[in-house]
Amino acid sequence: MSQIIYNSFDREVHPAYLTPEYKSTIYRAPQKPLVLLKQSLSELTGPVFGDFNVGPLDHDLTKNTVKNGEPIGERIIVHGKVMNENGYPVPNTLIEIWQANSAGRYVHKVDQHEAPLDPNFLGAGRCMTDSDGNYKFYTIKPGAYPWGNHYNAWRPNHIHFSLFGANITNRLVTQMYFPGDPLLDYDPVFLSVPPKGRELLICKFDLGATEPSFALGYRFDFVLRGYKQTPFETL
Amino acid sequence: MRQTPSQTVGPYFAYGLTPEQYLYDFKSLVGNEMVSPLDHDRAITIVGKVFDGQGVVISDAMIEIWQNDGQNQLFGRFGTGTDAESRFIFHTIKPASVNGQAPYLSVIIFMRGQQIHSYTRIYFSDETDLNTKDAVLSLVPEDRRDTLIAKNKGNIYEFNIYMQGENETVFFDI
Repeated sequence: MSQIIYNSFDREVHPAYLTPEYKSTIYRAPQKPLVLLKQSLSELTGPVFGDFNVGPLDHDLTKNTVKNGEPIGERIIVHGKVMNENGYPVPNTLIEIWQANSAGRYVHKVDQHEAPLDPNFLGAGRCMTDSDGNYKFYTIKPGAYPWGNHYNAWRPNHIHFSLFGANITNRLVTQMYFPGDPLLDYDPVFLSVPPKGRELLICKFDLGATEPSFALGYRFDFVLRGYKQTPFETL
Repeated sequence: MRQTPSQTVGPYFAYGLTPEQYLYDFKSLVGNEMVSPLDHDRAITIVGKVFDGQGVVISDAMIEIWQNDGQNQLFGRFGTGTDAESRFIFHTIKPASVNGQAPYLSVIIFMRGQQIHSYTRIYFSDETDLNTKDAVLSLVPEDRRDTLIAKNKGNIYEFNIYMQGENETVFFDI
């Protein structure tokens, strides 16, 4: 007999709670030590994804909210595989994404950046991974935008991702960046990731996934927390 | 293989993750009505606020509740940006006790300024006996246990989350 124990967050690649260069962490990062929790039923199960009603165009941000035409900007494909640390694919799991439009403007009402909104682009989408853990989105390449963290602060081009995985320990919210972006060297959110983890957040240009005369392809794979099998303790 | 690093949910999650709550023209997959309150005799409401280290109420947090007592496996999500007092509100049912553990809800907290989400639990003030004997609550230093216990008036439970300070909520490493 054996039991499965899910791995903790790998602190060599995840950012610390407190990274003062990213100013919002200063009054929001927990300060007291976390209490280590033995995993029980609630940690080892997740939402019932069959209940999620993902629409047929939800994965295509170039089409899912059009009003009177096509969204402006460079069409791209973002695809990849969701796996766990053990190397197994994570099938039938929900992925949600949100992003700025090609001008670097978020639809969100608190975004005050004076760049144009695009009536045909909301910037939100979602899909389920297939039986091999693969996913694919069509979208518009997001623009860079300024933010108030420090003088002349600009966020690099990025897409936000939310993933569920097999259970609550697998939950991941992150941001995907693009290769060769000069703003990465100046972004305290990206730089809060230890050096070993940074490459893991940058997608790769993928000519094989590029659709001729239509859209450039990028590949971005996810690795969620894995597990160890250990013999049951006999008391 | 190495884990994909976490990054903050940021301030602009609403139109992607909680669109209907924030009145965006995009269907929400999940909201805060985890069950219809009229349909269950164990229906409860969870209500609370999230405070930062300066005691300011946080109006751009997103809270998820996961619960599973073996009978009911439920999931809810709500942002703190639409209520006039920046509260989160969930309608669910009170979970049953499993194997003598005190009943609880699992909570995940996301916000701008949090590079990795935080996990906590909601226990119930009207379960004194089970709470006293509970193995997880016993792991928590006694003077911090109260931060995990929602206080009820009838079937409405109040649970505030303090990110820092004297009353910092207990967050778990799971």
